[in-house]
Amino acid sequence: MTNALIVDAALALLVLGLALWVIATRAAYSAVVGFVAYGLLMAIIWVRLAAVDVAMTEAALGTGLTGLLLLGAAARLAPYETAEFDRRPGRGLRVLIGLLCAAIALGLAAVVLLLPAPAPSLASLVADNLPPTGVGNPVTGVLLAHRAIDTLLESVVLLPALIGVWSVAVDPAWGGRPGSLPRPPASSALTLLAQVLPPFGILVGIHLVWNGADDPGGKFQGATVLAAMWILVLIAGLREAPALSERRLRVLLVVGALVFIGIGASGVWRAGAFLAYPEGYAKPLILAIEAVLTLSIAATLGLLLAGPPAGDRPIRKTS
Amino acid sequence: MDLAALLVTPFARLTELGGLLLVIPLMLPVVGLLLAPLLRGRWLGGGLLGRFTLLLLLLGLVAALAVATAVLTGDEALKYYLGGWLPPLGVALKADGLSAIMLLLSAVVILAVGVYAQREFQVPPDASETRASLVFWMLLMGVWAGLNAAFLGQDLFTLFVALELLTFSAVPLVALDGRAETLAAALRYLLFALLGSVLYLLGAVLFYGTYATLDITLLAERISGEPALPPAIIAAAALMTVGLLAKTALFPLHLWLPPAHAGAPPPASAILSALVVKASFFLILRLWFDVMPGALTPMVAQILGGLGAGAILFGNLVALRQARLKLLIAYSTVAQIGYLFLIFPLAARAESAALTGGMLQVVAHALAKAAMFMAAGLIAKALGHDRIRDLGGCVRVLPLTLLAFGLAGLSLIGLQPSGGYLTKTLLTAAADGTGQGWWGLVMQVGGLLTAAYLFWVFGHVLFAVPSTPAMPLKRPGRAQELVVLALALGALLLGLVPPALFDLVGVGRAGLEASATVATAMAGAFGWSKLWGDVWPLLVVGLLVLGMLPWPDRPAGGSPRPATTSLSVSGHWAAVLGTLLEPADRGLRQWPVAGLSFLILLLALAAAISTGA
Amino acid sequence: MNDPTLFGLCGATLVGLGLYGLLCQPGALRKILAFNLIGSGVFLLFGVIALRGGGVLAAAGRGIDGDPVPQALIITGLVVAFAATSIAVALLLRLAETSGRTTLENEAPPAPSLPGERASRPDGES
Repeated sequence: MTNALIVDAALALLVLGLALWVIATRAAYSAVVGFVAYGLLMAIIWVRLAAVDVAMTEAALGTGLTGLLLLGAAARLAPYETAEFDRRPGRGLRVLIGLLCAAIALGLAAVVLLLPAPAPSLASLVADNLPPTGVGNPVTGVLLAHRAIDTLLESVVLLPALIGVWSVAVDPAWGGRPGSLPRPPASSALTLLAQVLPPFGILVGIHLVWNGADDPGGKFQGATVLAAMWILVLIAGLREAPALSERRLRVLLVVGALVFIGIGASGVWRAGAFLAYPEGYAKPLILAIEAVLTLSIAATLGLLLAGPPAGDRPIRKTS
Repeated sequence: MDLAALLVTPFARLTELGGLLLVIPLMLPVVGLLLAPLLRGRWLGGGLLGRFTLLLLLLGLVAALAVATAVLTGDEALKYYLGGWLPPLGVALKADGLSAIMLLLSAVVILAVGVYAQREFQVPPDASETRASLVFWMLLMGVWAGLNAAFLGQDLFTLFVALELLTFSAVPLVALDGRAETLAAALRYLLFALLGSVLYLLGAVLFYGTYATLDITLLAERISGEPALPPAIIAAAALMTVGLLAKTALFPLHLWLPPAHAGAPPPASAILSALVVKASFFLILRLWFDVMPGALTPMVAQILGGLGAGAILFGNLVALRQARLKLLIAYSTVAQIGYLFLIFPLAARAESAALTGGMLQVVAHALAKAAMFMAAGLIAKALGHDRIRDLGGCVRVLPLTLLAFGLAGLSLIGLQPSGGYLTKTLLTAAADGTGQGWWGLVMQVGGLLTAAYLFWVFGHVLFAVPSTPAMPLKRPGRAQELVVLALALGALLLGLVPPALFDLVGVGRAGLEASATVATAMAGAFGWSKLWGDVWPLLVVGLLVLGMLPWPDRPAGGSPRPATTSLSVSGHWAAVLGTLLEPADRGLRQWPVAGLSFLILLLALAAAISTGA
Repeated sequence: MNDPTLFGLCGATLVGLGLYGLLCQPGALRKILAFNLIGSGVFLLFGVIALRGGGVLAAAGRGIDGDPVPQALIITGLVVAFAATSIAVALLLRLAETSGRTTLENEAPPAPSLPGERASRPDGES
């Protein structure tokens, strides 16, 4: 047993312990806090698995933004928890489901142990086909050149999600300002943080996107940092959230994917296929797409957290 | 150049594009989705967004027709490599006959819904947009984009993203009216669909771990070269199948469907029942017929067929007990989805008939169900409610709508020459031919039960006196009624389509003679003895059902007394059936119980697949 | 037992735990958390497969090991999971506001009111 293996075993045990905590603990708020800790440890595991891009995305998006969303929800749903607990399924049902889940986990574990070795891989194929794309980071190459359609569709997926979040608003509030972000009482510490941090955050975000072409990084990580800075400013009350019917905001949301499609369509004439890049222009085009897409995704992620447009409504207690 | 040439030449150019043609149906709805938030205001007397969507839907129909024509005339599947990268590195698009049919079907149904919904989601003159109109039109295009991507994609991960696009667009449509029940129904739908998606993804992960590719064609090659299925592939197949079954709402995993489809606004219900559930079914077909055809063991086939039969019987029986029209139609969807899974036990030795019958069921059900939901929407808007018991008297206001509802019902029952009739004949012939006649029996019973609840509805419409005094009845729009009628007629007359066109089913697939089987099926359809043989059981059912209807007394003066169920023999049987089935349905639709069924099914399928490996 | 296998077993356990939580916990927020656990378990399995497929790039001196295709797909999956979580949370919060409950049990048969009625009435009315 090498040292690395001991460290990994410790990480794995910690992660499993936290996952158990998330499932078993009684209060939703503590479950979410456990989930955030779990996510940060997962990010470390990703680094151990030599997937640094994934580690950054997990830390920023999977843990950071998701955690923020769930913490806010847990706080707002706290009054309803006791009623929830009373509606648990009976013990017999839970035991049965637990046994079957354990069986499935065991089956999966067996499958993992029986995966073919030597493992088949596309790594060499990607490495061979990376130079035409002009980028040095193979993950970016895969995301924006070889499997560009997945990235395109996934940027598009965020839009119905955003509309879905907006759709739960009431009609009179439609088009107004989103209301789900917490507004803690004015505090000098928060104001200071929101004044000092965002410029650095924006720099870091841009750096992540720019650097992602050749080193770990990329538009999702950069966009998340930008969105986080914006949310920080909103929470501290330094700016008001924009009204959701504003034309500039709407344009910002869709321009990234539209530019992506436009460049992809031009590839039909200039490079022979949809979503192909002409010789020698691949890297600048990829960087252009990433830049615009970062702005759109940052806006979308921030708005997903900001919630549906709202007037001032109290939460109804259970009767 | 005369007009015909003017129209035909661009169309001919389109079909000559070859693989590039596939990019159009893929990207058209995506572009529409992206432009939608920017389109505010009014145009041509209605909302700009609604009119623009209609235009886009027309273009999409042309594109789908071009794809179908190209595939049929070329007699081979269209392929396209996105970005110029070949699999396993890149992602391919492929349109074989099945994809072409589904593309065309989606284009037609969504166009019909688009016409119908122009009036439902209007933008008033003083506002530039409303919540309902932006949300509906954007999510309609999201659904359309997800559908086209699911029908054209050849990569398991791209298909995952397409499914998610579809789910994220469909779920908020359910909760569009903002009531607590529809919000709960939407949340239940979302969480169960997410359970399905994440296990589908796990299956895709295991496929990659074994073969380092997610391309369907490459996977098929590598799997067919194996002497025995690796354990990872067995697990992957089971996970993906059960995950997709959850999204298709096959019995007993149907818990989310009735409240979601009944609670959505009528155009959304039409899309959900007609198309959204068929996308995940289409992926199941891709998995078992394209990726791993050799792995379809008899055990697996019987399990899937058995669940389908269960869906047919259970869904139809519970539909009989519904008090609300939209819930009845939703349970009818649960039942009709069951017919689709009868393909699997029949495909081993009668592939032509099974696959053609199954695709016919997809098309006929989509057309008929969309018509029924939209008709129910018109009825509900005119009367102010959709209680079956109080439907009496609406014939005066909605003759066309009720005619369309009835014609769509005839297709569901399976009367000639409807698509339903072709489905039943083909599948029954396949069942008898392969020595599994019990599937045919199940379909017969299913048809009779469908007839029963349709007679139930029409009995109330024609003979019952409404218990509440007549409210001012609002007429539906002429375009809406005509669109509903057109869809219903499409379902009813599907059997009259020239058999040669059915060869589309077999394009890209070896050895399928769809047109021959269809021609045989339709050959004796209109013989007197055949007609009588099909019709007399329906008449018997009709009489039984009419006996159960409440007959209000007519006293000498004064208002009619409230209707009561007659105490006939059929009434007693109905009551007994109700006491058995409703608790069963309620039990199955509890989240932990449905989850338990999910897990049991997963393990059972994994065991069944490994018996043949 | 080496690194990938260890984390692969960890991923399998996470999937099982998450499944249990998704099916057995009554509150919708806990179900959403459990779904995220299952998702992260699946991504972990994918990451293990990515690591097993590596070695080529390190040998070429690029410094980063692992099969880049699964890593790219995991990133896409993380974004999709976040989108799913945000829709679910929005629906849940609104459900709690309008009805005061946060569980998904079958409600009583709905009252026979207008089926397609839009929420154009002001909020607060039941």
